[in-house]
Amino acid sequence: MNKIIKYVLLDIVKSRIIIAYTVFLLLLSIGLFNLGGSPDKGILSLLNLVLLTVPLISIVFATTHFYNSYEFIELLVAQPINRKKIFMSEYLGVALSLSAAFIVGVGIPVIIFSSGLTGFYLVLTGVFITFIFVAMAFLASVITRDKAKGIGIALLLWFYFALIYDGIVLFILYAFGDYPLEYATLAMTALNPIDLGRIIVLLNLDVSALMGYTGALYKSIFGSVWGIAAAFGLLLLWALIPVMSSRRIFSRRDL
Amino acid sequence: MHKSYGKLQVLRDVSVEFGTGKVVSVIGPNGAGKTTMSKCILGMVLPDSGDILIDGQSVLKKYAYRSQIGYMPQIGKYPENMKIRQVIEMIRDIRKKEKDVDEELIGLYALEEIYDKRMGALSGGTKQKVSAALAFMFNPPILILDEPTAGLDPIAAEILKAKILKEKKRGKLILITSHIMSEIEEVADEVLCLVDGSIKFYESIVELKAHTQEDRLSRAVAKIMNEGYHP
Repeated sequence: MNKIIKYVLLDIVKSRIIIAYTVFLLLLSIGLFNLGGSPDKGILSLLNLVLLTVPLISIVFATTHFYNSYEFIELLVAQPINRKKIFMSEYLGVALSLSAAFIVGVGIPVIIFSSGLTGFYLVLTGVFITFIFVAMAFLASVITRDKAKGIGIALLLWFYFALIYDGIVLFILYAFGDYPLEYATLAMTALNPIDLGRIIVLLNLDVSALMGYTGALYKSIFGSVWGIAAAFGLLLLWALIPVMSSRRIFSRRDL
Repeated sequence: MHKSYGKLQVLRDVSVEFGTGKVVSVIGPNGAGKTTMSKCILGMVLPDSGDILIDGQSVLKKYAYRSQIGYMPQIGKYPENMKIRQVIEMIRDIRKKEKDVDEELIGLYALEEIYDKRMGALSGGTKQKVSAALAFMFNPPILILDEPTAGLDPIAAEILKAKILKEKKRGKLILITSHIMSEIEEVADEVLCLVDGSIKFYESIVELKAHTQEDRLSRAVAKIMNEGYHP
C-alpha cells in the first residue's frame, strides 16, 4: 500500500496546486496574526476563515483529483492489488498531502505567533476537517461516474455544512427560543463537523464567556479533557463513516 | 455467469471452459458482451450471478489471482502526465516479488527510445504497444487481449501475432477478442461466438470449416450467422 501512496503523492506534488494552497494558508495566517493585534484575536479570525476555506478546498481538490486519477485506478485494478488498498491509498495520499499543507501553512505561524493549547486545537481541528471533507469528496465521487455531477454533489455538501446548516440551527433556536434548548443545540453541534471544530477552539478562547447560558454548558462539557476527547472522537467518526462507506461502494462497483 | 447493466442484459447464462495451450478467439457483433466477459474475468466488472473459476478456484472478490493474468485493454487509459518509463517502472515496482520478467516486446517495439514521452502525448497505436508490453511482462499463464491489433501498424501487429503464437507454444491460454477474421484464422485454434450476451457457438476452427464446408473462416462465420446454425 505504501508504494501506491508514494505514486499518488508524486502525482499530487507534481500538480503544484498543493504548493499554492500552502502558500495561500501561510499568507492568510501571517496576515491575520499581524492585523489582529492580540494573538487570541488572530486565532479567532483565522478560525473563521479556516473553517470556511479548508473544507471547500479539500472537497473540491479531492473530487477533481479522484476523477483525474481514473486512468491510474483503471491501470491498477488489472494488477494483483486489492481494490480496497487502491482506494485507501488514494484517500490517504490526498488527505495526507492536504493536511501537510495545512500544518505548514497554519501550524508554523500559530507556533510563531501564539503557541498554546488553543493554537494546537486549531491545527488539530483543521487536520480533522481536512480528513473529513476529503472523505466526503470521495463518497461523492464513488456515487456517480459523471465528473460534473460528482463535483456538484461535493459542492452541495460543502454548502450544506458550511452555510445552510448554521441557518437551520439559527432558525430552530429562534423559533423555539422559549424552550430550554441547551442539550438540543449540543446534539445539533455534533451533527456538523465544522460547528464541532469551531466549538472546540472557541471554548478555549476567552470569548466563550460572552456566549451566555449555552456557552456555560458547553464550557462545562468541552472544557474538560473528556469533553475534548469526545469531541475529537466525534470528528474521527465523521471521517471514518464516509471513508468506510465509500470504500465499500468502490470495492463493489463496476469499473 | 449473468450480468446486466440496469435493464440491459449484457451476459446471459454464459458458461464456458477454456483449456491451456490454446488461443481462443472471442467474436461477435459490437455490444455482444465480449469486453464485459473479459472484464468479469479480471474482476473489474462483478457478475450478478454465477462464478468464475481459475484452476478450480473461485476468483470472485479476490485479487491475488490477477498476477496470473496479463490484460491488454481495448483502449489503454494511462495517467496523462506520466512518462512511459514511469508507468512501466511503477508496475514493476508494485509487482517486485515477481522475478520472471519478459521484456521482449519492449525491445521489439523499441519503447526504450521513446521512454521519456508523456503518455498523454502518445498516439493510440503507441499506447497499444505499451499495453501489449505490460500484458506480457510478467509471463502470466493467461492472457486476455481485447482487440489487440486494432490501431497497431502492420509491422507491430505482426510482431504481436508472432509473440502470441510463441506464448501459446509455452502452454498459455490466450483469449483474444477481435473482428478481423483473417487474423483470427492465423493465430486462433478455437472460436467462441457471442451474440446478444449468449453463446452462439464454441468450436475449433477446423471443425467449423468442416461443418460449413467453407475454406475461409469469414465465410464460415457468415454462413452460420445467416442460417441460424446450431452445432
